Amino acid sequence: MPAVSKGDGMRGLAVFISDIRNCKSKEAEIKRINKELANIRSKFKGDKALDGYSKKKYVCKLLFIFLLGHDIDFGHMEAVNLLSSNKYTEKQIGYLFISVLVNSNSELIRLINNAIKNDLSSRNPTFMCLALHCIANVGSREMAEAFAGEIPRILVAGDTMDSVKQSAALCLLRLYKTCPDLVLMGEWTSRVVHLLNDQHMGVVTAAISLITCLSQKNPDEFKTCVSLAVSRLSRIVSSASTDLQDYTYYFVPAPWLSCKLLRLLQCYPPPEDGAVKGRLVECLETILNKAQEPPKSKKVQHSNAKNAILFEAIALIIHYDSEPNLLVRACNQLGQFLQHRETNLRYLALESMCTLASSEFSHEAVKTHIETVINALKTERDVSVRQRAADLLYAMCDRSNAKQIVAEMLSYLETADYSIREEMVLKVAILAEKYAVDYSWYVDTILNLIRIAGDYVSEEVWYRVIQIVINRDDVQGYAAKTVFEALQAPACHENMVKVGGYILGEFGNLIAGDPRSSPLVQFNLLHSKFHLCSVPTRALLLSAYIKFINLFPETKSTIQEVLRCDSQIRNSDVELQQRAVEYLKLSSIASTDVLATVLEEMPPFPERESSILAKLKKKKGPGAVSVELEDGKREGGELNGGGERGDTPAMSASNASTPSPSADLLGLRPAPAVGSAPPSVGSLLVDVFSEGPAAASAGVNDDGFLSSAPPPAASEEPAPPLPEAEDLLNKFVCKNNGVLFENQLLQIGIKSEYRQNLGRMYLFYGNKTSVQFVSFSTAVSCPGELPTQLNLQTKTVEPLIEGGAQVQQVVNIECLTDFIDAPLLNIKFRYGGALQNITLKLPVTINKFFQPTEMVSQEFFQRWKQLSQPQQEAQKIFKSGHGIDTEVVKAKLLGLGTALLENVDPNPENFVCAGVIQTKGQQVGCLLRLEPNAQAQPGEQMYRLTLRSSKDTVSKRICDLLSEQF
Amino acid sequence: MMQFMLLFSRQGKLRLQKWYVPLSDKEKKKITRELVQTVLARKPKMCSFLEWRDLKIVYKRYASLYFCCAIEDQDNELITLEIIHRYVELLDKYFGSVCELDIIFNFEKAYFILDEFLLGGEAQETSKKNVLKAIEQADLLQENLDFQIRLFPGMMSPNVSSESSGLFQK
Repeated sequence: MPAVSKGDGMRGLAVFISDIRNCKSKEAEIKRINKELANIRSKFKGDKALDGYSKKKYVCKLLFIFLLGHDIDFGHMEAVNLLSSNKYTEKQIGYLFISVLVNSNSELIRLINNAIKNDLSSRNPTFMCLALHCIANVGSREMAEAFAGEIPRILVAGDTMDSVKQSAALCLLRLYKTCPDLVLMGEWTSRVVHLLNDQHMGVVTAAISLITCLSQKNPDEFKTCVSLAVSRLSRIVSSASTDLQDYTYYFVPAPWLSCKLLRLLQCYPPPEDGAVKGRLVECLETILNKAQEPPKSKKVQHSNAKNAILFEAIALIIHYDSEPNLLVRACNQLGQFLQHRETNLRYLALESMCTLASSEFSHEAVKTHIETVINALKTERDVSVRQRAADLLYAMCDRSNAKQIVAEMLSYLETADYSIREEMVLKVAILAEKYAVDYSWYVDTILNLIRIAGDYVSEEVWYRVIQIVINRDDVQGYAAKTVFEALQAPACHENMVKVGGYILGEFGNLIAGDPRSSPLVQFNLLHSKFHLCSVPTRALLLSAYIKFINLFPETKSTIQEVLRCDSQIRNSDVELQQRAVEYLKLSSIASTDVLATVLEEMPPFPERESSILAKLKKKKGPGAVSVELEDGKREGGELNGGGERGDTPAMSASNASTPSPSADLLGLRPAPAVGSAPPSVGSLLVDVFSEGPAAASAGVNDDGFLSSAPPPAASEEPAPPLPEAEDLLNKFVCKNNGVLFENQLLQIGIKSEYRQNLGRMYLFYGNKTSVQFVSFSTAVSCPGELPTQLNLQTKTVEPLIEGGAQVQQVVNIECLTDFIDAPLLNIKFRYGGALQNITLKLPVTINKFFQPTEMVSQEFFQRWKQLSQPQQEAQKIFKSGHGIDTEVVKAKLLGLGTALLENVDPNPENFVCAGVIQTKGQQVGCLLRLEPNAQAQPGEQMYRLTLRSSKDTVSKRICDLLSEQF
Repeated sequence: MMQFMLLFSRQGKLRLQKWYVPLSDKEKKKITRELVQTVLARKPKMCSFLEWRDLKIVYKRYASLYFCCAIEDQDNELITLEIIHRYVELLDKYFGSVCELDIIFNFEKAYFILDEFLLGGEAQETSKKNVLKAIEQADLLQENLDFQIRLFPGMMSPNVSSESSGLFQK
């Protein structure tokens, strides 16, 4: 029976905790807590002075309430009072409260520091330890300023008790980590290092953490610790399991201290002194030998402690990377663990082998385990272990086994967990490129990748295959033939269409001799996919078409007809419309020569680091980079960038920031366009303006404009959002580009793109008048809770816009978590002396962070059923605004960002979609079903829209947004 | 260095939280929510380690309680697993066959024991005897006139559950 059998019973506290536990509902709990808070507040405020016990009890209750997750905004003063109590338990509770609930109330910090100072100088070791624990727990700058000078003295003083030394060492470590500038070891250095020799194992255990941290920062000053650490380690390793009494843990002598010693040695290169080095190698050999001895106990604690030391020793061996014998022994030991029945050991062995694979001494030894690792990838039941296996395969891959490893990874991808697919795709793409001997294998591999895991193939991957095909003329014909064949599949991934469009547009002529892939057949094949694709892909296909006109004059009339049709030339998307208009015009007025020059084959791409590698590095953090560099070293830099043999600098980590590859490939962004891409939207808006001087001059009508936006000229406060701001926002839910706002003076165009949880929005402010705007300024703000949900960054714009001119502003967007409100955009400028002040809603909505998810019917409905809790679903029934046009509905749903799933719903009239919202913190899967009743009389047509997602707020928000679109 | 330790029940109730790095209350709540969810979703035979953000999570279940630590990239997973075990041993020894209820009703003791064992995210004293000696000395310092009241059994009965089963009795 649990009971307060030890320590001091606080009956009131126990009763309170029981009450809370008996609360049947959250509401009841809150009610009980509020009652208690009121009670405590009145006791603290009451006239009667509280005795120490009561104060302690109430402070402890407050602490309990805080730890339950409620806010506490009083009681700090009472807690500080407890610090100066001479009763230990009161002091202790006071310190605990301060440690958990400190805030930087400067007045209080001064009082706390005073109490700590008194306890530190009390010479009572128990009190001193309490004070040191408090400093270590809070670790604020104020405390560092007050005590960083005093604590080293306590640490090295001859008469300090061992327990106080231990606390002082770790307290100092914490302060050093917070404020390295305030902790000056100087004169204490040597005495601190010699704590490694202390008789008390606990003191060594604590001090070594401090020494390790200081050594990392100042290796030279602390280098004498190496020989001390080696001799300490040697004594432990050679001691019998009972020698160290209570520091022996399940028959393993001092496992924590051993690990920390081995860790400290990893801050330094191998010892130069031969004797020290010999002794250390002996230790490492003993540790490896012990791994082969029969266990002294069957308890898992015994083997864990023993193996913890073993793994730390292997880490040191890998760190030294100079003892071939030890490296190979380490590898063999890990090889045994790969087949161990303990999942934990298999996981760690895979992880540790990854680093061994990058050493030239052990790379070959690691490779012998390939079959076991492939087997792990296939059979491990825990995804985190499979992930380690995939990492190891990647690390052990070289020219000799690349085909096997890539094939295994590809086949694993078919069933891989969603969480690791994108990374797997990157790895396969990198290995295929790096070890490609013949490029047809490379092309096959990447196309397979798109076929198997198209959704996870990021832009970088398909840009890269195009770069390589363009740079290597020996593979172009094969690539054209292969994509042509891949496009024959009835359902092929949009990324395949992109690659296909690009490659056929460049090299379709290489296969045009075969009547089965004649120019017209190629065109019809591409165009059959057009309507299923998103806007960027359609834009790419239009460019491929104009290239076809150049490559195959016989297709000209067919293609012109396609460009001329309303769905192209009057497309609501400005980019598509512009391409259609310009390409049509170009093809009809330009001479063959001009056409051939404009639409010439793409020049080779400049050599540079693979953008995929950069992406993987970003994903994996700096740790992965070192492996890459090692790889580069081993392979002699034979990274196949393109035509010439790549040089190692192409891989150097400092080169990681490659220019955005999309700018050169597609010209979809307002960057200097390359090749066939037309001048981008930046100039488009200017074109629009220059076409309408009449409109502009007619618009110079201040009164008319001002009546709709009436802020007094003096006001500098941002105006409230325009009444139509919400409607303007709704226009952009299913599209990313267009004109956001326009009045007689100003036009604001938007072009935006999103990837994962990131987005970039280009805002174009066009001055429609012939008079300049002065004091032009814009501000993007996040109302309410939004700052914690969205991260927006933008630069200021030029304060002056000439008449008829346009300025551009970029907004970088990061979605931290799901959100409802839209950010606000305020624009202020003076036009003819009058202040214009307009606030709009920036069309950043949660659906922009959708990643489409393809799935089959069974999978869809299975997930649909899993999301069956009432709050996960949001539903609306609403009247159709414009009649029901299937194509329009499809386009809207695609524009929403979800994948439109065909043949999923048993009723072919219905639309179902799936997507995953990508935020920084999490991914929210979303399923959507839209049921129209098209048979009803026009004007009576209704939709029923149902959203299900793992988050109630997301379901509701998307339902609200989408229901406004039809 | 250990960045934090969380103790929570199978129902996802947080029983103890110790943070060795400065974080806002909001961030702490977010991390806790995310990790409790992740760890509880894992099956019993899965491995005790997982990658999470740029940290490594090491966790182990004892009866109704999960002990979950976040360590840094270069830290040792297995020794952290034994840190958890040693902490459970310390609690067990102090309370005498510890169960979740002991930690609920004597949460302050659980914190005091942890502070003697780990400080600033590093092991301070790994000897069981020495840690318990420090705590017992502190207990001896308390005043005798304090209310030494044993809770009467009825107070706990409404929730007789796994919470009262000893952590070491699996």
